Amino acid sequence: MAEKKVIDARGSFCPGPLMELIAAIKSAQVGDELEVLSTDQGSAKDIPEWLNKVGHEHLGTTETGGVWHVNVRKKK
Amino acid sequence: MNILIVGGGMGGTILANNLARRLNPELKSGKVRIIMLSASERHMYQPGLLYVAVGKMMPDEMYRDQRSLLEPTIEFSVDPVEQFNLDQNSVKTKSGATIKYDIMAIATGSRMAPETIPGLAEGAETFYTEDTAVKMFKTLQGFQGGKVVITVGVPHKCPMAPLEITFMLNDYFKERGIRDKVQLHYTYPIGRVHSLENVAKWAAPEFDRLGITYETLFNMKEVDVANKVLRSEEGTDTKYDLLIAIPAHRGMEVIEKGGLGQNGWIPTNRTRLNMEGRNNVYVLGDTTNIPISKAGSTAHFEAEALGENIAAIVKVGTPVRDYDGKVFCFIQAGKDKATYASFNYSNPPDPKAPSRAIHWFKLAYNKLYWSSARGLL
Ligand SMILES: Cc1cc2nc3c(=O)[nH]c(=O)nc-3n(C[C@H](O)[C@H](O)[C@H](O)COP(=O)(O)OP(=O)(O)OC[C@H]3O[C@@H](n4cnc5c(N)ncnc54)[C@H](O)[C@@H]3O)c2cc1C
Repeated sequence: MAEKKVIDARGSFCPGPLMELIAAIKSAQVGDELEVLSTDQGSAKDIPEWLNKVGHEHLGTTETGGVWHVNVRKKK
Repeated sequence: MNILIVGGGMGGTILANNLARRLNPELKSGKVRIIMLSASERHMYQPGLLYVAVGKMMPDEMYRDQRSLLEPTIEFSVDPVEQFNLDQNSVKTKSGATIKYDIMAIATGSRMAPETIPGLAEGAETFYTEDTAVKMFKTLQGFQGGKVVITVGVPHKCPMAPLEITFMLNDYFKERGIRDKVQLHYTYPIGRVHSLENVAKWAAPEFDRLGITYETLFNMKEVDVANKVLRSEEGTDTKYDLLIAIPAHRGMEVIEKGGLGQNGWIPTNRTRLNMEGRNNVYVLGDTTNIPISKAGSTAHFEAEALGENIAAIVKVGTPVRDYDGKVFCFIQAGKDKATYASFNYSNPPDPKAPSRAIHWFKLAYNKLYWSSARGLL
């Protein structure tokens, strides 16, 4: 398995962290882990919501100093 | 000292002109050369494609001669780069020339990649090139009614284009008197109709008012061309009679093949705009991997920051300022009203209520594109 890919989407209002993840996950391999960094609190909700709908795994979200780290595994 | 600019679109042109003005004494004395390599002798006003696609603009109106937009001190050639030799500080061009540089800026833009979704290239109309926009208009002309699906891939350039083309199609069918025979259905990758929250809040009720249906959290997976069905990664599907797509984009092949960045997006420092790991290679416009809008205004503000910094490096050996992530975009809110959003890495957009005055300013600004490319704005 490749090392975890970090998607630095801090300060991204448009297209925004979820769009950055959608773009990055397409190029990843099944089983890869990705971590999205976001300064938008909304990411803590809208990224897991999409993961759930599309069928990738949400490995957990943590927050430090106003940055949300959303961890994801590509499942399909 | 050779400053090489690769790409003569929005970013490359503004940067080259900005530098030519700042470095006029150095250019005159022969201390500095500014060399621009591009793939075309013409410069396209890309927003014009939206109008070409609905028959409101002729293709030739979108172009200017690239040389005419550049300061005379810039050495311009149509000779696309085919190979980047970063360790040798040189590039190899299509004509076979090797060009050495001391500082290079890459602004080769992005392109739609419909081939990444099975069936999309055959099944959908697109409008991000002159040929496809003209073809889309001809298809629209022959369309007498049915379900039109507008679908959007990630990433794509110009975040406003999905909404704009949808509203323009609404007007187009209305003008033809067949709006009642057409169902317009819009799909979008995330959980609202636009990435900017305030824009989405305005656009969704506008869709409702105009009878445009929509589905969010919809990412194209494949097009079943025979049965005219578009399927999503999320497991839903939608039938169409006419499919109009803004496919996912990639950077240019030369970037991808040369190993400069996955999918053609070059890893770029978000404030200094240098290519990660290289201190004499800068990147601007669509081809960076910075998580901000792939838009002309982004390329414009990046070019201004880089112009100041590269000139300062020549004059005093060090850059003088950071790029703050600034993006500015006009948002057309129906036929005669518009608003705008301006934001950077630390300040979110806060669009004002749409007004007629901003609409007129937007129209004027469209015409001012060429002055802006010349670096006069
Ligand atoms: C339909 C549509 C509507 C749009 N509307 C807007 C809008 O309203 N507002 C806005 O801000 N933006 C808008 N945009 C986006 C905007 O046009 C782009 O984001 C902008 O042009 C990007 O600038 P750039 O310099 O990165 O690339 P480009 O302007 O695309 O320029 C790339 C240049 O690189 C050259 N090139 C390519 N390959 C090579 C090579 N191998 N060697 C040398 N040169 C090469 C090309 O010839 C071209 O000159 C729109 C785009 C489209 C398609």
